[in-house]
Amino acid sequence: MKNWREQLLSAIAALALLLWSTGCNKSGGEAGAADTIKIGEYASLHGSEANFGQSSHNGTALAVDQINAGGGVLGKKLDLVYEDDQSKPGESATIVKKLITRDHVVAVLGEVASGRSLEAAPICQQNKIPMISPASTNPKVTETGDYIFRVCFTDPFQGKLLAEFARDTLKVKRVAILNDVAAPYSVGLAQYFREPFLANGGQIIIEQKYSSGDKDFKAQLTSIKAQNPDAICVPGYYTEVGLIVLQARQLGISVPLFGGDGWEAPELIQIAGDSLTNTFYSTHFSPIKDTPEVQNFVKAFQAKYNGETPNAMAALGYDSALVLADAIKRAGTTDPAKLRDAIAATDLTGATGRTRIDAHRDAPKAAVIITVENGKFKFLRDVQP
Amino acid sequence: MTEFLQQLINGLSLGAIYALIALGYTMVYGVLRFINFAHSEVFMVGAFSGYYLARLFPHQNIATGLIVLFGSMLICAVLGVLIEKLAYRPLRNRSTLTVLITAIGVSLLLQNVGQLVFGVNPKAYPALFPQKNLALGGGITVSSNQLVVLGVAALLLWALWHIVVNTRIGAAMRALSFNRTAASLVGINNDFIISFTFALGSALAAAGGILYALNYPSIDPLMGTLPGLKAFVAAVLGGIGNLPGAALGALIIGLVETFVRGSRWSTYTDAIVFSILILILLFRPAGLLGKLQTEKV
Repeated sequence: MKNWREQLLSAIAALALLLWSTGCNKSGGEAGAADTIKIGEYASLHGSEANFGQSSHNGTALAVDQINAGGGVLGKKLDLVYEDDQSKPGESATIVKKLITRDHVVAVLGEVASGRSLEAAPICQQNKIPMISPASTNPKVTETGDYIFRVCFTDPFQGKLLAEFARDTLKVKRVAILNDVAAPYSVGLAQYFREPFLANGGQIIIEQKYSSGDKDFKAQLTSIKAQNPDAICVPGYYTEVGLIVLQARQLGISVPLFGGDGWEAPELIQIAGDSLTNTFYSTHFSPIKDTPEVQNFVKAFQAKYNGETPNAMAALGYDSALVLADAIKRAGTTDPAKLRDAIAATDLTGATGRTRIDAHRDAPKAAVIITVENGKFKFLRDVQP
Repeated sequence: MTEFLQQLINGLSLGAIYALIALGYTMVYGVLRFINFAHSEVFMVGAFSGYYLARLFPHQNIATGLIVLFGSMLICAVLGVLIEKLAYRPLRNRSTLTVLITAIGVSLLLQNVGQLVFGVNPKAYPALFPQKNLALGGGITVSSNQLVVLGVAALLLWALWHIVVNTRIGAAMRALSFNRTAASLVGINNDFIISFTFALGSALAAAGGILYALNYPSIDPLMGTLPGLKAFVAAVLGGIGNLPGAALGALIIGLVETFVRGSRWSTYTDAIVFSILILILLFRPAGLLGKLQTEKV
């Protein structure tokens, strides 16, 4: 009796296994034969850098819509499969693995934060799936391997331009640095600011540190204030930078504060408000530039997202999708190796200007410097590479 | 010297907030002998209640600020009573460990419900009171928020002390913390006193949450974890179950944290704060002001 039962059970199990495996094959076959090209995207749609993820995702989604409205690429529509990493460390590796192995995307777009791009890049590299980061500026991201690209400038350029800006425009000599040791972006940018600034006769009189998620910066700012700097360099992300600027002004620190593209979000103004007077940051894009590409992009973005003005992350998200679609078109196939070569040969003008991929798979581009006046971001000037 | 005084002010205002939270831990421990780990989430709910209440008043002045403060304290008092009634009371006669694990569960529940209801994105906190920076001379600056924190905290601590020492209900709380069975034998309504303790502790946590958010105006549903843990360390440092001890421990933690953060070891701040916990448990387990009690068999 028992024997018979066991046999029946194992037969059922075998049947189930068979059904399951054929089922899998079938769905896999369908995906391959479908008339869409799946591209993956991971972004911080929630959490402490939510504004970055949502902006870049909106830009990417707009580009995909426009490409599909124009007939898609290679006669197929693009299908954007996106996932949210919630701004958490450790998430992006998992979801990029899922995009590659389960959704079988031909390429991956993302992320804005360098720390999370650095988590996902080795996975894309191992699987030989091209990854295009819209806005990660840390040089290590594309150093991961020959399948990893970006469509923005890098921190050595951004650090150098901040150093020149501090010396020539702010005319400051003695600078304090307050950086986020938990974010590779912030550590990198601080380092790339320090070197050219010191080389040109500047002084870094004190360096203080914090970690992403901190809220109290008064202690660090008090010890910075005691050294009496001419300006403070804060190369962090907007959630903490807002609190830092606010607390600096509360402590009576009136000198300029400046940083990089991590500042670019309306949340900065919501948190720090009027305290932002006399602060500056560098970024990738300004919506008031008068080229047809910029103006068309701004108009289309505002039409799709209730009049919201796009920021740098949106423009870069948009450009990352344009670069990918253009490369698929030129490669004539979605074969990863050929797609990789096509991306490497990119020369395309998009919302953030001309994107040419160099030998390091980076895209040297002009930067803009923004200041805050009366609770609004204001374009100050361009900086050419 | 200027820097030292300025850090002293920063540290005291941080410590005052920790004190408000630490008192909740210590009071609950006093009457029930367990650590209410959901307390740091009550702190978070307090900050969010303030955020939503503040929307009712487009023009903020001192009066509306106080309404928001007391409104949130009331909301959290009710929340504290509910948590006790639903989660802890059914387990009243089980072992402390069971209740402790339940407390961790309630904490996780509130964090996740918070993420669902309030969203996970950090929110900018409104300025509830008119703000000003006061230069005290010699380069020392105090923001009006820091003064509000110190003032409100001192007032609430005084009120709490008055309740515990001078009122009948306070006497009942103290009786309960000596011996629960004996207290009920002399006619004290244990359930009511325990509810009252939770209400009081939670209201203080709400005040702490609002003051914290005023000083560091970006709030999210996970904001309670770290301040909550530090307040817990403060309660243990001062001697858990001991009210002045909790306040003293909190001030020490606030000062240590601020001075370490301002030094070049700033990245080790949390490590240093938590090693204080380890040291105190090793060398003076009853805390600075606590009395060592031998376990009754």
